[in-house]
Amino acid sequence: MTASLTRSTAKQAHHMRRRHAKARVFAKFCGLVTWLGTALLLVLLWQIFSDGLRWLDIDFLRSFPSRFPERAGILSALAGTLWLISLVAIISIPVGVATAIYIEEFGGKGKLVKIIDINISNLAGVPSIVYGIIGLTLFVRGLQLERSLISGALTMSLLILPVIIIASREAIRTVPDSIRHAAIALGGTQWQTVWSHVLPASFPGILTGVILGLSRAIGETAPLIMIGALTYVAFVPEGPMDSFTALPIQIFNWVSRPQEEFHELAAAAIIVLLVVLLSMNSLAIFIRHKMEKKLQ
Amino acid sequence: MPDITNGQVRWHESLIQGSLGFCALISIVTTATIIFILTRESVGFFQVIPVKDFLFGTSWVPMFEPSSFGVLPLLWGTLVITIGAALICIPIGLASAIYLSEYASAKQRSIIKPVLELLAGIPTVVYGYFALTFVTPALQYLFPGIQVFNALSGSIVVGIMVLPMVATLSDNALRAVPDSLRQGAYALGATSYEVTTQVVVPAGLSGIIASFLLAISRAIGETMAVTLAAGATPNLSFTFLESIQTMTAYIVQVSMGDTPAGGVAYQTMFAVAGLLFVITLFLNVIATFILKRYREVYQ
Repeated sequence: MTASLTRSTAKQAHHMRRRHAKARVFAKFCGLVTWLGTALLLVLLWQIFSDGLRWLDIDFLRSFPSRFPERAGILSALAGTLWLISLVAIISIPVGVATAIYIEEFGGKGKLVKIIDINISNLAGVPSIVYGIIGLTLFVRGLQLERSLISGALTMSLLILPVIIIASREAIRTVPDSIRHAAIALGGTQWQTVWSHVLPASFPGILTGVILGLSRAIGETAPLIMIGALTYVAFVPEGPMDSFTALPIQIFNWVSRPQEEFHELAAAAIIVLLVVLLSMNSLAIFIRHKMEKKLQ
Repeated sequence: MPDITNGQVRWHESLIQGSLGFCALISIVTTATIIFILTRESVGFFQVIPVKDFLFGTSWVPMFEPSSFGVLPLLWGTLVITIGAALICIPIGLASAIYLSEYASAKQRSIIKPVLELLAGIPTVVYGYFALTFVTPALQYLFPGIQVFNALSGSIVVGIMVLPMVATLSDNALRAVPDSLRQGAYALGATSYEVTTQVVVPAGLSGIIASFLLAISRAIGETMAVTLAAGATPNLSFTFLESIQTMTAYIVQVSMGDTPAGGVAYQTMFAVAGLLFVITLFLNVIATFILKRYREVYQ
């Protein structure tokens, strides 16, 4: 009797040890996989910097694209990207924030708001290349804006509007109702309440969404290829109606060539693109920090 | 609404409200325009090519005579890339989400989360560059017979690209599971592995599955990396080592060439894009439905 009892306890202990060993192995496995995934970022960055860094100098920023790698630069692409992003910001920020305000503050709980809501979350999932086709048909051909900066900016704005709207709505929703009630109780109209209280309070969140959206617009390539942003542009655009090229297009063009030198040029252009993206994000963090301090 | 006696203020208010409402309508107009344009051009295409030949034809030769417009090779190319990407992003993404929500310390989270955000913010054309200059050479070393443009390289980078999405969304789903469930299971003597796999993951399953579907939808619509890495050969054979062409890569190919507007070859772009739109929309709607319908509500 005691012997069989000891045997069954030993069996149980063995079973327990196995269960705990399994748990330890699982935890280690999940950790390992996650850190390997994180290490991918390092591999990616290392690959880009080791290829591109030696091509990166002032001449690279000041020259136009060229058939000869040593003379090629990204002046027109960088100027195009800066133009494009400014136009996209001018178009998409007011429209996106206004939409968010309407849905959250004025729309009520009606059917229209529900439809707009479902519609926006579906628009967010539409592949970027489909926006490119719409831009090509509607702006380039339909409105005859040609393959210009404004066509690109309008297409990109449609693409990032859902991002801005969804983030702004969330920011507006976090503003406590007590603030609205106080403003209304003091005799403010609904718009005055929104303009002087809700918007400032939700500004940091809205800004984050805007930066997220604009970062997406800087990196998107497919819609610009669709609307035919030219790959060889040896001038700096001077107005919204000028044709243009942009950094991602230039990168695509260089990557698709077989020669090694052009791949390295692409890496150098990617470094510039990442620097632009990173400085935008830092700017957002900086402004958000300032604003949050002020609000307190 | 406060009682407004000043007529000018009331006028002012309704003007503002009207313009806000107008902006909100733009999103509806956008959807309507997408559907209208894709439908109009596709109808033109289907008047020449029967729908049956398009959906079930096995040969895609749109540019040369004798032309043939069976979309299956493109659909197949997209499917191969998507399966490959899913095989990478689903296990790794879920394991990362489990690590983040169940095991990682606050400090480890504070390193991993920003890295995931950075990875998610890297433009897709950069992943295309990564595929051609790093992944493909590495694969050529492993499989000497592999083509320069191949589906495997495309799948791998698309998998890496959507990985942050799976990890972040699944992490959110797992963290929404209340601690009382974990504590209950631990109190019954379960190990951390048993708690995770038998309590936490099943409780967050709707969010996890939704994250898979959204990631798959992203992978299907992904354009630049597959255009650069996977090539432009419509191909029906199941092999990861050869060049294929996805629906998105085909659309890019048409738009970069000098196909005259209005012809059948030009209209194929819209038919393919329409199909792409329907597939991704379907996946997104299912994902939203699962999230809403099967969400466990904890008090």
